[in-house]
Order: sequence, then structure tokens, then C-alpha cells
Amino acid sequence: MKIKLGVSLAILGLAITSQQALSAEQLNVVCSNEQDWCDLMANAFEGETGIDVAMVRKSTGETLAQVRAEASNPKIDVWWGGTGDPHLIAAAEDLTQPSGADTSQLLGWSVNMSEISGGKTVGIHAGALGIAYNADVLSEKGLAPPVCWKDLADPSYKGEIQVANPNSSGTAYTELATFVQLFGEDEAFRLLAEIGKNINQYTKSGSAPSKAAARGETTISIGFMHDMVKLAKAGFPLKIVSPCEGTGYEVGGVSIIKGAKNIDAAKRWVDFVLSADAQSRGPEVGTYNVPSNSRATVAPESPDLASIKLIDYDFATYGASDTRERLLARWDKEVKPASN
Amino acid sequence: MVRTTSLWLLVGLFGYCLLPWFMVEDGFWSFSWIQNFGTGETAPALFQALFQRRISLTPAGIALAASAISLMLFSMPAVRARALITISGIGLLLMVFQGFAPTSFGAVLQPAVVPAQAGFGVGSAVTMIALLFVLTTAVSSLGKGGDAFVVGLIGLIIALVGIFVFFPVGHILIRAFELPDGSYALSGFFARFFSSDIWSLKCVIGAGSCGPAVNSVLLAVMTGAGTTLLGLAFALIFTRTEFRAKRLLRVLTVIPIITPPFVIGLALILMFGRAGAVTEIFADLLGMEKTRWIYGFWGIYLAQMLSFTPIAFLVLIGVVEGISPSMEEASQTLHADRWQTFRRVSLPLMRPGLANAFLLGFIESLADFGNPLVLGGNFNVLSTEIYFAIVGAVADPAKAAILAMALLCLTLCAFVIQRRWIGKRSYTTVTGKADSGQHSALSPAVRTACYATALPWAAFTAIVYGMILFGSFVKLWGYDNSFTLDHYLRAFSIDLSNGIRWTGVAWDSYFTTLTISTIAAPLTALVGLATAYLLVRQNFAGKNAFEFGTMLSFAIPGTVIGVSYIMAFNVPPIELTGTSIILIIVFVFRNMPVGVRGGIAAMSQLDKSFDEASITLGANSFTTVRRVIAPLLGPAMLAALTYSFVRAITSVSAVIFLVSAKHNMATSFIVGRVENGEFGLAIAYSTVLIITMLSAILLLQLLIGQRRLRRQNRLQKSVSSKPRILTLQPAGRNK
Repeated sequence: MKIKLGVSLAILGLAITSQQALSAEQLNVVCSNEQDWCDLMANAFEGETGIDVAMVRKSTGETLAQVRAEASNPKIDVWWGGTGDPHLIAAAEDLTQPSGADTSQLLGWSVNMSEISGGKTVGIHAGALGIAYNADVLSEKGLAPPVCWKDLADPSYKGEIQVANPNSSGTAYTELATFVQLFGEDEAFRLLAEIGKNINQYTKSGSAPSKAAARGETTISIGFMHDMVKLAKAGFPLKIVSPCEGTGYEVGGVSIIKGAKNIDAAKRWVDFVLSADAQSRGPEVGTYNVPSNSRATVAPESPDLASIKLIDYDFATYGASDTRERLLARWDKEVKPASN
Repeated sequence: MVRTTSLWLLVGLFGYCLLPWFMVEDGFWSFSWIQNFGTGETAPALFQALFQRRISLTPAGIALAASAISLMLFSMPAVRARALITISGIGLLLMVFQGFAPTSFGAVLQPAVVPAQAGFGVGSAVTMIALLFVLTTAVSSLGKGGDAFVVGLIGLIIALVGIFVFFPVGHILIRAFELPDGSYALSGFFARFFSSDIWSLKCVIGAGSCGPAVNSVLLAVMTGAGTTLLGLAFALIFTRTEFRAKRLLRVLTVIPIITPPFVIGLALILMFGRAGAVTEIFADLLGMEKTRWIYGFWGIYLAQMLSFTPIAFLVLIGVVEGISPSMEEASQTLHADRWQTFRRVSLPLMRPGLANAFLLGFIESLADFGNPLVLGGNFNVLSTEIYFAIVGAVADPAKAAILAMALLCLTLCAFVIQRRWIGKRSYTTVTGKADSGQHSALSPAVRTACYATALPWAAFTAIVYGMILFGSFVKLWGYDNSFTLDHYLRAFSIDLSNGIRWTGVAWDSYFTTLTISTIAAPLTALVGLATAYLLVRQNFAGKNAFEFGTMLSFAIPGTVIGVSYIMAFNVPPIELTGTSIILIIVFVFRNMPVGVRGGIAAMSQLDKSFDEASITLGANSFTTVRRVIAPLLGPAMLAALTYSFVRAITSVSAVIFLVSAKHNMATSFIVGRVENGEFGLAIAYSTVLIITMLSAILLLQLLIGQRRLRRQNRLQKSVSSKPRILTLQPAGRNK
């Protein structure tokens, strides 16, 4: 038995050291976008460059945690997609490196993100915040559809609204920051606490409220419009509202990890996902956020940023960790207890 | 002893002189190190020490040589053994130091530099194992702690648990003492640990919500008790009644355990959510208001009961089966009725089983991640809080570590209480003596109670799974219920036009998952049962600590394990991230406690006279285990194999950080689809996984078969049946 045990252990030991052979041109991508969009871009990139793409999909939070843990010996080359805040945090913590990508064709908000981060992350798409409601449930309950942010504080919506918790969700933090920029800090927290009385649940994930609204588990949700468009396209009775006061938006990013093993391939990936051709393909797989390349074609279903009243979102201030911690602490104290 | 030691020394020399000492960049199996044998980084230690002046590699070689010399030099066994212990011990210690050499210990905890030295490779692994066994063989020859096999096993398991449980977990727990500025101190720890954010009891007095720790305990106690009761009811129906549809029941009790996470939660939402099918029916018929009760305590509780009852059942069926009929017959001979027999004899004998089932349910509930995530609502539990402390918008590893410690403390308490309750009584019921009686049937009251609890539950489980199956065949679950095969085609299509091409999106992760779980399952069962054998059959110093150490990995939530594995095994000396090995190892050491618990429960029923008889007849411990104990452990082995195989396929929180592009797992794929709202595809994939696991379990059952303790068909037909003539039979003869 001891010999057998030894043999099996030796085999385990052998296996420990055996790794698959690395071919010359390879790229490890973590994708925080939707799976189909990830797959489509990976295939297109492989077809265009012949570089072998190994891709896994992880949420931004999971990716940031992994990038931090692997800082001394990164296994990831490129992190593509997801909300911009974690990308900015990674840039601020020096976990990523400048990609040197050409930003001349990109829209202002994308270039802005690149400037804030010192070129370490570049904006790839944008999505505006909005309100969605389940038309069936709303009419069943005989409620009026909300038009503005302030409408959400109406007591008739008690227990009907769902939104994510800004402590765990970037989407909800964007909402919090948007309120602060729209109404001023004190007024924003007063309004959020007021709305808090109508909230039935603060979800962990930012896209969960809209999914719940789509299925009628809640009546009204706050979230990103491109998620809502996708659900409405899937056949759910979801109606999307662009709030009358104006709204904030997120910018998704792409970053090259510091110490990436395949730096040349990583740079080609960044150039590729910023190109007009690649960005125009989103609607093929139901991705409806707004591309950052000015020459990319935009799907007719995509929320048209030009027709939405967008605020001048200050990413530098509200992405900084001290502002973030202060606002979240205040949210915990003033808004969270107001919910039922 | 001399023979065993020499053998291990030869193995060690082989590892030291001929195998590449460090990790080979393009993989051991590429055999590039043979082409360039003896040169560069891939050279064996001997060559590097001699020709590349790597002095740090000499201690291992010297230890091997010195051991060989002392083996020849000393003729007094005691002196020889002491010399060998000293030499191999120092050798091992120096090897560990050498592994950590490029990084100081502090830097390992907070890796900042890219180390120049590669991780341990095949050569060092083989040499270390050899030295370890030289050490344990020498210890055993001193007459302490059993024969060479037992001591070797103890040493090996301690080494493995140390490397793959304590080492990574230590990495993350030390974060609990981290201050915001990155330094470490005890000062802030206690304040944060005992803060009311974690332990608040406000909900008890009705003034708000409780802290996550209190919520977790409440949930875990309820789930542990509930699953144990239901599991017992199922186990009794199986072993003590003539229920007709046992096979169907068996399938129903097993399916929840093989269900990928999130699926049960989704099904419950679609049934009981505010817009769920059942809610709609009640609203229409009874005019009940549609509420969101499923989001919160009761929703999680329901989902956990569905998920974990099978675990209790798997533990209890082995125990209930193993209770000796002669005890029950003796009781009945003494004119106890069936209820008294059950209450006073059978039930007390099930104590270890009940305690183990409760402990597993309790811990499973504490560490459960998928159900609270989907159904939690505003009811916060520790496992999800930990997850969001790591991946949330504000990452706070110190908070995660503190919450993880709270979770650990709870587990520790449960563990201690469980041991107190079992006490030191004997639960041995399977002895070598003639034992050909019949199990008494259940008393009518108990039988009715069992049917009344288990059967509605089985029906409920069946309905939930019917919903799931239904969901995989409709276009948009809950909204557009027209039939479609699209989800299956997208996931598992095969293109046969030009040879076989696996075009479905799920194939990659499907194959990876099956390969990894097939490798992990037997290893888990082996390590688990070996540990159980040591715990039940052997006495050695520090046994309780040893037992708790083996339970540790189970108590820590998967998220913490996942992150700690990345932190610990991303840098030399043990560099594993991005490989499939790390997935296998995480499964083995995470699931091994189930093998241990099941093994303990089963083995404490086997009389020690078996071992003694075997040893008296001249067999050593190893032969005894192989020829006597192992064959009697069929159900425990089956449970361990099944469970670890299934858990490797269905666990999500630990793997979510460890999967890499090359080795993606099915669950991580499914979670991505659920996040994306593609319930159809996720459920279709889950259904295929369930069917795969079900066939694997049936195959295992066929291969291992049932343990034959006594003659078959042991149940009393009925009281009024014709008097049977009992014939004396030699023990173990089967009808």
C-alpha cells in the first residue's frame, strides 16, 4: 500500500509540474462582458490575427480580486469589458499598464477615461442609467408610470422598486453618484432615503433588478438601459424610461495587466476591440451599449445617447476611493435604514 | 524497517539525481528536460548543486546520503531510528526553507517581487515524499503510534492537509489583522470581530435586522435539524419498510445533490416568487395577496432543505443499515414493543449518524453560497457577505477575513458540541459474531410519521424538478412557454459533416468538468477514508486537533478557499494557478471531510475485534485495511466517491476564482449564463449535467455494490406471518 500510495503521490507530483505547452502566439483574456459578445470577439480576433485566444468570462469584481491576488505573477494579459470603475481602481493601484492605443477615432468620454487613468484603461462602450417598469404589473396595480427620478419617491410605489446595493454593485454606485451630481449631496441623500421607503430589496448585483422587473418579481427597477433593452427584446413586457432630470452613465474599459506575458498580442487586442469594425458587431449578439469608436455603426435599438439628457459625469472625482468611501458610508447611515 | 527505509531512500535518490528539481516551464510531459538533460533550470538537483553552484540544493542530497550511511552504520535499532529521524527531519526542514528562499516569509504573504527561482518540480516532490516516509518509518520503529503503515499515513495526511489547507487559509486569515495602511496589528481586530455589524441581535427583539453571523446560525441550525429529520425519515423508509417505489424515491433523494447551484433557487422563484406559478394560482383561487416572502429566510431555508436533505440521507442510510438486528431482536425478546425498541435501542445507536448528519447540514448551510445569493433578499448571511467583501464595489479583504473567522468559530462550536453529544459510548453494532437476525419493522406510528414527512417532500422535490426540466424545453421560462430544443442545440450540437466537430458552446467546459471530477473523486475518497481509519482505529497524540484540521476546509466558504488558493499557489514554491491541478486539489481537500465523516460513522460500527483477529493472524495494518475494513465500507466508500464526484461538478464559489481560460468549469459557465439572463441555456446545461451524474452514480453503485453484512432480506415480513424456523448460520454467509 505504501508503495502504491507513493506511486500515486509521485504521479500527482508529476502532474503538478506538467503544464500544457505554450505556443508562441497566445493571449489570455478575461472578459467581463456578456458571454456571447466575449465569444464573438475572441473568434473574430483569432480569425484576423491568428493569435490563439484563451478567454474566460468573469464579473468585474471577481476579476479585480484575481488581478490583485496575482499581482506578483499575473496569469491574465488583458481585461476587457465591465464597468469602468474597477478598471480605474486597477489603474490607480498600478495593476495595469498603459496600452499606447490610438485614441484619435474615439469619442470624448472614452478619451477622457484614458486621460484620467494615464492611458492604462480606454473606454470601449458607454451605457446610460435608466428606469424600467413591468407594464403588465404596473397596469394590474393601477399605477402611473414614473417619468422622473423624483417620481420614484411617490408613496404609491411602496414596495414596488428594486435597485442594487452600491456597496456591492458598480451600477448602484453610478446611480448614487449621479444623484449627487444632479441634486447636490444633501438633497440627493434626502431623495434617496425617500425612495428607500419604496424599495423592496437592495440586490447584490446591478443587473438583477431589471431581470426581476422583467419577470414581474418587482414592478420598477433602476439599472443600465442596455440591459433593459436586451430583456425587452427577449419578449418581456419591460418599458424603459429616461429620467426627465437627466441621467448618469458608465464607461466600460479595456486594460492591459501589468507584467502581462504576451504584451504584443495584448496591444493588438486593445487596438482590435477599439476598432470601428469590431465595435459595430455588438447587436449581432444582443449587446446594445454605445460603442466608443465614432465610426462604429450603432444599432437602432441602442439607447441613443444624443437623445438622452446626460449629465457631465465626473469620473475623476466620483471614481476616487476617498469620495467613494465617504458617499458609501453616508449611504449606509442615511439611506439603508430607511428601507423596510 | 531496513528494507522499507532503503526502498524509500532509493526513491529519494532517483528524485534527487534524475528528475528535474524545479518546475519545467513547458510541462514535465513535454520531456524537453530529457533532451537537455543535466543542463539549465530543468536539471536534477544533483547536477545543479554540483555544476551550477546552487548550494541551497545540497541539504536534500546530504540528508539522503546521511540516512543511507546511518542505515548501514548503526546496528542498534533505537539508535538507528533516532539518527534517521534527526537527519530526515532536518533535511525536510531545509528543503522547505530552500523553497521559500527567493522570497522571505513576509514577502510570501504579500508577494511583491517576481521571484527568480521556479516552483517545486517533480524531483523535489519525489525527494520530499521519500524523506517523509523515511522519517515516519523510523518513528514507527521506535514503537510509537503503530506500525510503519499507520505512522506513514498520519505523516502523509498531516503534510497534505498542512500544505493544501492550512498554508493557503493562513494566507487569508492573516489579513484579518491587517490595518488600513497595510501593517499588521492585534489592536483593531477584536473591535472589528465583535462589532454589532456581525453579531447584532436586533431581529430577536424586533428592532431591525440581525447581523449576518446570527442569521447564519439561525439558518444553519434550522437546516441541520430539518435535513437530519427528513434524511432519517427517508433512511427508515428505505431500510425498514416495504415501500414499493423505493427506486423512484432513491432517485429523488439523490437528484438535489447533483443539481448545479442557482437552479433550485431559480425554480423556487418561478414557482413561489411574486409572479410565480403557485403564487398566481393561490392569488386567483383564494384571493391571497402576491408577496415576496420567498426572498429572505424562508426562501433560503426551503432551497437549502431541498439541496442538503440528500446529504443527511447518504450519511444516515449507512448507519441505519448497519445497526445489528440482534440488538433489536434482543430487545423484542425482552418483550419491548416495536416503538420501545426503536426509541430505546435503534435510535440511540444512530447517534453518531444523527450527529454527523446534523453537523454536515449545519456546515453546508453556513458555507452555502448559491442559494442565499439568489434568494437572500435583504437577509444577509456570512457566506455572501464574505463574497461581496472580496468582489464588491469596495473590496475589503480584512473584513472578509474577519467574517471568515466568525464562520470558522461557529463551525468549531458545532464541532465541539457534536462531540460532547456523542460522548464516549460505544456504538459498535457490526461484530464478527454470528448475527443472522432480522431488523424489526417500524412501529406503525413511526412508519406513518416517516411516510407523512418524507413522501410529501419527495413529491415536492419531483415537482421542482419537473419545473426545471420543463424550463429547459421552453423558449422563455415563465413567459413564452412554446416548446423548443434550441437551448440543447446551442449547448450540445455536434457537426458530423466533416468528421466529428463539437460545435456546441458547452462542450469545452463539459469535458473539462468531467475529466477533473473523475480524477478528483477517487483521490478524495482515498484521503477521506484513510483519515477516518486513523481517527477511529488509531490513537495518537493530537488526534482531536488532527480531526478538526481535516474538517477545516469544509467549514470555510468556497470564496475564501478560492481566493486563498490564488494567493498561496500563484507564486513559487508551489505554483499551480491556471492549471487543472489546482482545481483537482481544491476539490480533494474541500470534499474530503465528507469522506471522513461518512467513514467515521461507518467505521465506528465495525467492531475492533475484526482488526485484532486480523492482526493476530499475522496481517499488518495495511492488509487488515485492505482485506477486512475496506470491504465492509462499501456504502461509505460509495458515498464518498459519489459525493466528491458530484461536488466537483456542482461547486461554484471555490472554482469561480480558480477557473482559467484553458480549464473552464461547467458551473462557472452556467453562472455566467444565469447572470446574463439566459435561463433556458443554463437549465438545459444543468439538465444534461444532472443526467450525466445520475448515470455515473448508477455505474458506481453497480461497480461497488452493496455491503453484505448479514443475510439479505432481513426485514420481518409481518408479525402475523408464519413462524419461521431460524437456522444457525455461520456469520457472513448470505442467503
